[in-house]
Amino acid sequence: MNTVFFDHNSTTALLPEVLELMLPLMKQQHGNPTSRHVFGRNARDAVELARTQVAEAVGVQASQVVFTASGTEANNFAVRGITANLDPAQLLISSIEHPCVTRPAMHMRTSGWLVNTINVDAQGQLDLAHLQALLKVQTGLISTMLANNETGVLQPLSEVSAMARQHKTFVHTDAVQALGKVAVDFNALGVHAMTLSSHKIGGPLGAGALILDKRVDIQPLLLGGGQEKGLRSGTENVAAIVGFGAACALAINSLNAYQQLTSVLRDQLEVGLRQLNANIFGVNSAKRLPNTSFFAFPNVEGETLVTALDKAGFAVASGSACSSDSNEPSHVLLAMGIEEDLARGSVRVSLGQHNTAAQVEAFLVALKQEVQRLKAMTAIAA
Amino acid sequence: MAYSDKVLDHYENPRNVGSLDKNASNVGTGMVGAPACGDVMKLQIQVNDAGIIEDAKFKTYGCGSAIASSSLVTEWLKGKTLDQAAEIKNSAIAEELALPPVKIHCSVLAEDAIKAAVADLKSKQVGSKEAA
Amino acid sequence: MSDRAPIYLDYSATTPVDPRVAEKMIPFITEHYGNPASRSHPYGWTAEKAVENAREEVAKLVNADPREIVWTSGATESNNLAIKGAANFYAATKGKHIITVATEHKAVIDAVRELERQGYEATYLEPEPNGLIDLEKFKAAIRPDTVLASVMLVNNEIGVIQDITAIGDICRANNIIFHVDAAQATGKVVIDLESLPVDLMSFSAHKTYGPKGIGALYVRRKPRIRIEAQMHGGGHERGMRSGTLATHQIVGMGEAFRIAREEMAAENERIRMLRDRLLNGLMDIEETYVNGDLDHRVPHNLNMSFNFVEGESLIMAVKDIAVSSGSACTSASLEPSYVLRALGRSDELAHSSIRFSIGRFTTQADVDYTIDLLKNKIGKLRELSPLWEMFKDGVDLSKVQWAAH
Repeated sequence: MNTVFFDHNSTTALLPEVLELMLPLMKQQHGNPTSRHVFGRNARDAVELARTQVAEAVGVQASQVVFTASGTEANNFAVRGITANLDPAQLLISSIEHPCVTRPAMHMRTSGWLVNTINVDAQGQLDLAHLQALLKVQTGLISTMLANNETGVLQPLSEVSAMARQHKTFVHTDAVQALGKVAVDFNALGVHAMTLSSHKIGGPLGAGALILDKRVDIQPLLLGGGQEKGLRSGTENVAAIVGFGAACALAINSLNAYQQLTSVLRDQLEVGLRQLNANIFGVNSAKRLPNTSFFAFPNVEGETLVTALDKAGFAVASGSACSSDSNEPSHVLLAMGIEEDLARGSVRVSLGQHNTAAQVEAFLVALKQEVQRLKAMTAIAA
Repeated sequence: MAYSDKVLDHYENPRNVGSLDKNASNVGTGMVGAPACGDVMKLQIQVNDAGIIEDAKFKTYGCGSAIASSSLVTEWLKGKTLDQAAEIKNSAIAEELALPPVKIHCSVLAEDAIKAAVADLKSKQVGSKEAA
Repeated sequence: MSDRAPIYLDYSATTPVDPRVAEKMIPFITEHYGNPASRSHPYGWTAEKAVENAREEVAKLVNADPREIVWTSGATESNNLAIKGAANFYAATKGKHIITVATEHKAVIDAVRELERQGYEATYLEPEPNGLIDLEKFKAAIRPDTVLASVMLVNNEIGVIQDITAIGDICRANNIIFHVDAAQATGKVVIDLESLPVDLMSFSAHKTYGPKGIGALYVRRKPRIRIEAQMHGGGHERGMRSGTLATHQIVGMGEAFRIAREEMAAENERIRMLRDRLLNGLMDIEETYVNGDLDHRVPHNLNMSFNFVEGESLIMAVKDIAVSSGSACTSASLEPSYVLRALGRSDELAHSSIRFSIGRFTTQADVDYTIDLLKNKIGKLRELSPLWEMFKDGVDLSKVQWAAH
């Protein structure tokens, strides 16, 4: 059975043209970029080309890109690395951050930081009035994501940065879910650090980046050989970095087509979802990613529905992949004030450029069936 | 490290490698640098009766840029007077060879070697005049 | 110029991915995509199964339990996680003193230095001139508050093998957590963690014909060793290391370690013959010195100093072979190798050292070509060298007053 992949916010298939570029770097051209012989120099050139490609994708200079092994590492690096070089003050994160921002932020409490969270409204948008109030306390860093992985809601980062500037506060944003789905301009957003990830945009797993404003003084997470100008030691994962760069270039080139395609499919999906009386989250927010739809049916357990859909041949997610080990309801929905029972029912469809209208149509048929079946079971149980 | 074509040329085909008789009265020898620093340059010049440098030889223990710097100056020195030789600046050497910033010290060393060789020769000439 | 130049003799910097490893990886890049932490759909399941198979293969090579293997992005991260993670966890109960060796990889040295900035104290043992640690000096360095010792199994520059059994026994007797960086050891020496008194061990894939960007940390279960996570997030790897796992890279590491386990005995014999051939050939050259002990050493490594020839010009001269002067990770700087200096080599000999590292795809023709090349080029450079001239004239170079610059 060919399962239809509707979980692109979790990870994406590697683009074939990206793979083609990566393979030679593992086999024949396998050098360590630090080596000075021709193998090393070729590897170095490949890494530096990729750095330019990643930089161009978000409108910065290549020298502002620090490669990491993942988005998680880049988030840990940003939160821990920036605060480490500041005097302890307030550290603000939004209430809908990924754990790889929340957890390192909480860790900074052990170094005397006051960690507070910025509320979101019922549509999953950052509450700027709350942020304004929180900023009365001296704040060293604000870390808030650009696009939420579950709802797809885009956050008002330029406004956050403008407020932060008045308080001389650094801003980091996790832009992992935004890259390749909407235009991302580091300078226009006015942030000081930005996390990117390769495998969310058709690049390979194993590469991420932290984009840094040159004014940011950051402490490295990994120490050793002094790669990445001392900011990230460890032999560069050359093949993955090259794949990341190529994927960035492709994503930027196909951004318009991607947005066109996924938003049409998403709208098609949501018309069907409304007919099934689903609650769609964040649908009235100012701006959402074009590919993401997050919804729930009252009295239908999300995990059960996801499993049933899986058997029916559709790969979708309940909550974020990273927390799907646990049965906790989505913390994002709880932050939006959604009731726990409904939050437990949440299902996320995240589309990609190879999905089709026929797949969405088939999905809606299967969804209707499963929801009716599960509701009937619940009714019997009740 | 990327070397310029000129550095590579001098490194692959060094000019004027060798030694002159350091005890000859018309030969000046300059030895600068230290093994521990990674560079030792020995530069020798030989002048004719008119005070023109008619031959120059070098031996260098050092990186490609050090070898190229010393090879280049042996070419430049020939036909110059001692005063003209002493005017050769490291910046000219660095520019000619397109040395990267981390290799500028090689050109400084070459300039120092010229000065040392000229000084050695002048001290010999003063000595021989006094003797005469 | 050889028809297959440049010849790769830098396997200690990184190895090519074995074609068999690449074969195994490709389906996981292209078809079985999925986030191993996504439990809800089969893409995720296939990835998880592959990850667990690979974990078994890594465990088997070092005779450990798969549950003792934690994936990381490479040996640098493993070393950082082990050292900072264990020190932070046990400092409160044991103390804040760490013992390591001056010839460790920078990832170990710099992680320990970072802990020093946080208020720990550290002893950096100087090895003996052969590169090995004197066990009595190690014992003497132990203090009541010594919490952690970190000693590498195989040195990256000179290939010497430390006696980690003896060192580990000393650590056990003194209740010290013992970390071993084995990045350069897998597939080269037999590692049996069932019997070795080692608590934490770092591994890298790309030094053993696997892909870059993946490594592992062994964390002993019996007796249970605890570490404080250094990267926080989704709680992957039982909370010890967060971050989405790169399935294809993990699969690659598993396959690379499987091949290493099955082939290392035969491979090491072949490599030893090649190394001895290289050694004998190069020893014909006058004023040539081997760095590091030759007996307690992996056969893959030969590190030699060529007196009266400057290191960088030597590297330029041998550009038809890909080798390192000093370790790959530090060769961007012009400093002489800190490892060779720790052995007591003079700056000059440290500068003029070459590390030849032989591997799976090295041939006898490669070795013979290398010997001829070195003989020829060193002869030429010595013709250019004022030091060689002085040496030949009988000048004692140690007595010369050098004009400092």
